Amino acid sequence: MRSYVLSRLLGLIPTLAIISVIIFAVIQLPEGDVVSSTLDRLAAQGIAPTEEYVQNLRAQYNLDKHMALQYLYWAGNFLTGDMGYSYVFERPVNDLVWERLGYTLSITVSALLFTWIVALPIGIYSAVRQYSIGDYVMTTIALVGLATPPFLLALIFMHLGFEWFGVSTGGLFSPEYEDAAWSWGRVVDMLAHLWLPMVIVGLGSAAFTMRILRANLLDELNKPYVVTARAKGVGPVKLVLKYPVRIAINPFISNIGLMLPALVSGEALVSLVMGLPTIGPLLLQSLLNQDMFLAGSLLMWLAILTVVGILLSDLLLAWVDPRIRFE
Amino acid sequence: MSDVAPSALVAGAAQAGEDATAISPRRLMWLRFRRHRLALVSGAFLIVLYTLAAFCEFISPYGTVTRNDDAINAPPMRVHFFDADGEFHLRPFVYAYQMEVDPETWIRIYTEDTSRRFPIRFFARGEPYKMWNLFEMDRHLFTVDEGGYIHLFGTDPLGRDMFSRVFYGGRVSLSIGIVGVVLTIVLGILLGGLAGYLGGLVDRAVNKMIEVLQCLPSLPLWMALSATLPVHWSPLLVYFGITIILSLFGWTSLARQVRGRFLALREEDFVMAARLMGADTPRVITKHMLPSFSSHIIATATLAVPGMILGETALSFLGIGLRPPVVSWGVLMFQAQNPLVIELTPWQMLPGLFVVLTVMAFNLLGDGLRDAADPYSTAGTQ
Repeated sequence: MRSYVLSRLLGLIPTLAIISVIIFAVIQLPEGDVVSSTLDRLAAQGIAPTEEYVQNLRAQYNLDKHMALQYLYWAGNFLTGDMGYSYVFERPVNDLVWERLGYTLSITVSALLFTWIVALPIGIYSAVRQYSIGDYVMTTIALVGLATPPFLLALIFMHLGFEWFGVSTGGLFSPEYEDAAWSWGRVVDMLAHLWLPMVIVGLGSAAFTMRILRANLLDELNKPYVVTARAKGVGPVKLVLKYPVRIAINPFISNIGLMLPALVSGEALVSLVMGLPTIGPLLLQSLLNQDMFLAGSLLMWLAILTVVGILLSDLLLAWVDPRIRFE
Repeated sequence: MSDVAPSALVAGAAQAGEDATAISPRRLMWLRFRRHRLALVSGAFLIVLYTLAAFCEFISPYGTVTRNDDAINAPPMRVHFFDADGEFHLRPFVYAYQMEVDPETWIRIYTEDTSRRFPIRFFARGEPYKMWNLFEMDRHLFTVDEGGYIHLFGTDPLGRDMFSRVFYGGRVSLSIGIVGVVLTIVLGILLGGLAGYLGGLVDRAVNKMIEVLQCLPSLPLWMALSATLPVHWSPLLVYFGITIILSLFGWTSLARQVRGRFLALREEDFVMAARLMGADTPRVITKHMLPSFSSHIIATATLAVPGMILGETALSFLGIGLRPPVVSWGVLMFQAQNPLVIELTPWQMLPGLFVVLTVMAFNLLGDGLRDAADPYSTAGTQ
């Protein structure tokens, strides 16, 4: 097990390195850069900067150096915890990221938990009572849930929230807690707002997981050992839960790798619609304004979040399923 | 559904008067596929939808920018056969809108004006258009006489016909799915095939690439890439730009499958035999290996279409994908960003319904195809 963990941890380094190169390439793609957009703004104010000023500015952002060197500066600074300065928000990127990363993380993780909590009982029920009315209802809901874009769900839920409760359901805090310091009341207030994005983000993956669990469990339930156990008089609940479910539940962990990127994507989209203070809206802002230091850092953090999440799920799977360790 | 043994299928075919021992793989696949009722229905639905989108100029009574100033944010019209006096008309008709403004909220309220009937004319002359940008035509599937108007899906805040816009938008959104998937297939087969066939260093490099791309959240990267598309690009260039962006991250699962198949097939006797008989590598790949798993590629490609369509919709919805004057389902949804829209003019969400139905149909069709393509698969497994 230790060697497995070690090899996976070492494998993380090239993965993240490749990702950082990809992201650096992406943020370099747009025409123009920090300096040209700064100059544009100055020009809009009627200020004509001197040639020396421009040179200084380019040197300040390392733009006068070779592309590879620029990447190394960027990556090096990122590693040492300096993510640069956002000229749109006129604040260090570090502050902006730390402010919001926690919310992104809490919505994504709670959506993952929601996925499991919902998919487990429904998947078991659908498999055990195959072709019952409940099964048809649940599989239909799952099909629709898989096909509905998260932003559409968010709009519909916000509308329903408005209709039924007469409250605006956007945001992550009530107005009185918006800018307040952290307190018990603020945590409770956040949890009261968190459930809606959690449900919306998690619904698609819940549908996905439920379908897999149902299919796996159906395969398992027809196996001879289940028939034997039934013939020997094992009760219906124990019969299902003791072995078939334990085997069919494997994808709950192994599919985190598939689900997590989708959850992070969905979270970004839903946050944009619902106006949540997470990374998603910040990313859109930074992209629209070509604030590439900020955009690059945000993309990098989303990637790190996903990669580390997948690593954890792989380790968990190796711990649960010994076959993987010895591969 | 696939718990039906192949022998049962063979027996079924034998009853149909065919020589059971001579069923071609293709025929066997069709027999298996036919058992998926939902997949069949979905396939038919998609064929209809794509046909409508292909002929959207003819299907739609209006163009995408034609404005009707008498109908701003007007609700969908109802088609009548009986008029207000209870009299039956063989030719269906719609009533004109009667508009009132709520004195308190300033919201326009539309009711039917039963004194003005617009009979629906089929295959009649209406607004002129250029079919596929090639032929000047003015016949529409249905329209109303000069002076009247018909808005089966209502109108948007500028008085443009939603029905027309939904089908014009469908052409763009639906074709992005197909074009994107074709690109995906090319990339997937090329890279997956190279990795599986050549092995060694190439294999490791491609595998690492797949691993990295699969653990990246796609939407943020799509956002970043589509934000880099220059503003001055023409709509057509943006369209292809978005399609390429969508397929850049979509090829991985297909490549992984192709690679697996290649690895397995490389050791098969028939491949060895072909090689011993002097076939060169391209011939071995295209004539002997590809046909044996082309059905899998089709099934996987079908399941990849929804991701493309949803991706385009999400990007356009955020305002960084396709941009007006191009009409796509995502662009149409961009107008519906505010929950108030659902409250006041819910028919503006209709493009969303089309997205959901299309994605659902592709998922079901793909499931059916996959089960049909794989003799050992079980229904519904991922």
